[in-house]
Amino acid sequence: MAKVLVVTSGKGGVGKTTTTAALGAALAKAGQSVVLVDFDVGLRNLDLVMGAERRVVFDLINVIQGDANLAQALIKDKRVDTLSLLPASQTRDKDALTPEGVAKVIADLSKKFDWVICDSPAGIERGAQMAMHHADMAVIVTNPEVSSVRDSDRIIGMLDSTTEKAKAGEKMEKFLLITRYDPQRAARGDMLGTDDVLEILSIPLLGIIPESADVLKASNVGAPVTIAEPDSAPARAYTEAARRLMGEKVEVTIPTERKGLFDWLFKRRVA
Amino acid sequence: MSGRSFLALTLTPETPLVDWLAALDHQIQRAVGFFAGKPVILDLSLMQADTPDLPHLLPALQERGIRVLGIEGGDRSWPAVADWAWPESPMGGRASGPVSIPEGEKNPTLAPTLVVEESVRSGQHIIWPDGDVVILGAVSSGAEVTAGGSVHIYGALRGRAIAGIGGNADSRIFTRNLAAELVAIDGFYATAEEMDAQCTGKPTQVMLAGETLVFKPLP
Repeated sequence: MAKVLVVTSGKGGVGKTTTTAALGAALAKAGQSVVLVDFDVGLRNLDLVMGAERRVVFDLINVIQGDANLAQALIKDKRVDTLSLLPASQTRDKDALTPEGVAKVIADLSKKFDWVICDSPAGIERGAQMAMHHADMAVIVTNPEVSSVRDSDRIIGMLDSTTEKAKAGEKMEKFLLITRYDPQRAARGDMLGTDDVLEILSIPLLGIIPESADVLKASNVGAPVTIAEPDSAPARAYTEAARRLMGEKVEVTIPTERKGLFDWLFKRRVA
Repeated sequence: MSGRSFLALTLTPETPLVDWLAALDHQIQRAVGFFAGKPVILDLSLMQADTPDLPHLLPALQERGIRVLGIEGGDRSWPAVADWAWPESPMGGRASGPVSIPEGEKNPTLAPTLVVEESVRSGQHIIWPDGDVVILGAVSSGAEVTAGGSVHIYGALRGRAIAGIGGNADSRIFTRNLAAELVAIDGFYATAEEMDAQCTGKPTQVMLAGETLVFKPLP
């Protein structure tokens, strides 16, 4: 039986879609069969980040409404053959997501894959609720700043009260993923520290992804960073996070700056 | 000028109105005096212009001693409500969860305590109009705990804690780490800016002395 994982945050722009793509690709590269489901109906992006935008024929809404079957809508990744994508519709809105339809799609996907990863839209409304409703576990993506932390806290509350698992009286597994962590700003102390974030949200830490130009570069060429730049610092952090999701014990490292003497001299000169 | 804050109950009538009023009567019978002196907001959002018996709704509530402070939803231009003295609903306000009407037979001196085993997250609102509330976790920024009695928080208080809402001036607020957005006892409140900075981040109790909130470090 598949694990249904929702990637969510409340706040927009923190890196949900990037994380969905990077974690999914890392799991697939480790041999797991993975499907990424874009729930951001009306503002889809996952197809772009996965480089599949020119291969979209049918989407999640088509499947829910019975206009297409799953096999027609699923897009197989060309680089990692255990990775698939179910895109969202760009022309519809989130009201087209019906609870029964979503339940059926998730149940069908669960039979075919090891991991069903749902990319939640920002906000706490219908789209986000539909994305989290059937999840077994959640990755909460948070930036180290106060507004993101508060929104994550709100989402954790919803995960514990509105989801199917919560209604059945079970506990949902929740993991915190801190993204866009800037070691330079952390050293200067003008960013919320990892300890503070963990203390406020009090859920287990899945990983810390450093802010990096590699992530943006990868998005722009339509590849998850774990495929495009597998040796970069963010890709390594995502790969370790994926191993933790699979139950491996890997210690979390806080990214620090590694600068050579040359960088240091150069920086002194500009400053 | 000074401020008091009250919890207003919201009544949302459903159709058919006759059945809804009968259900309300049944609840009032179980808890006599529950509505006495309490401000009530009447929410007409489920009503239509032609809902049967709508003209009698407001008089029927007033007959039962329910003081309607404001009316929301609906439309004052409906002919059915033309005879009503339509009090405008106060602006703003935050929604809280459903309030259950207490059973009448309960001994008022033995108010039950609500124990919350985990943290209260942003956006959540714990409301316990009778007794004390004990929170084993933290109360997050943007969360709110409202109690008829005292509020005990074993984690950090980063959100709002409101004690003694039924007029209980002896109730207190306790926390292991005071970082609150707002604390209130019996309607007297203090925002973060007005709190004693010496207690910030420390184990603290808040109590009411006359009309002033007093912050004391816990031993």
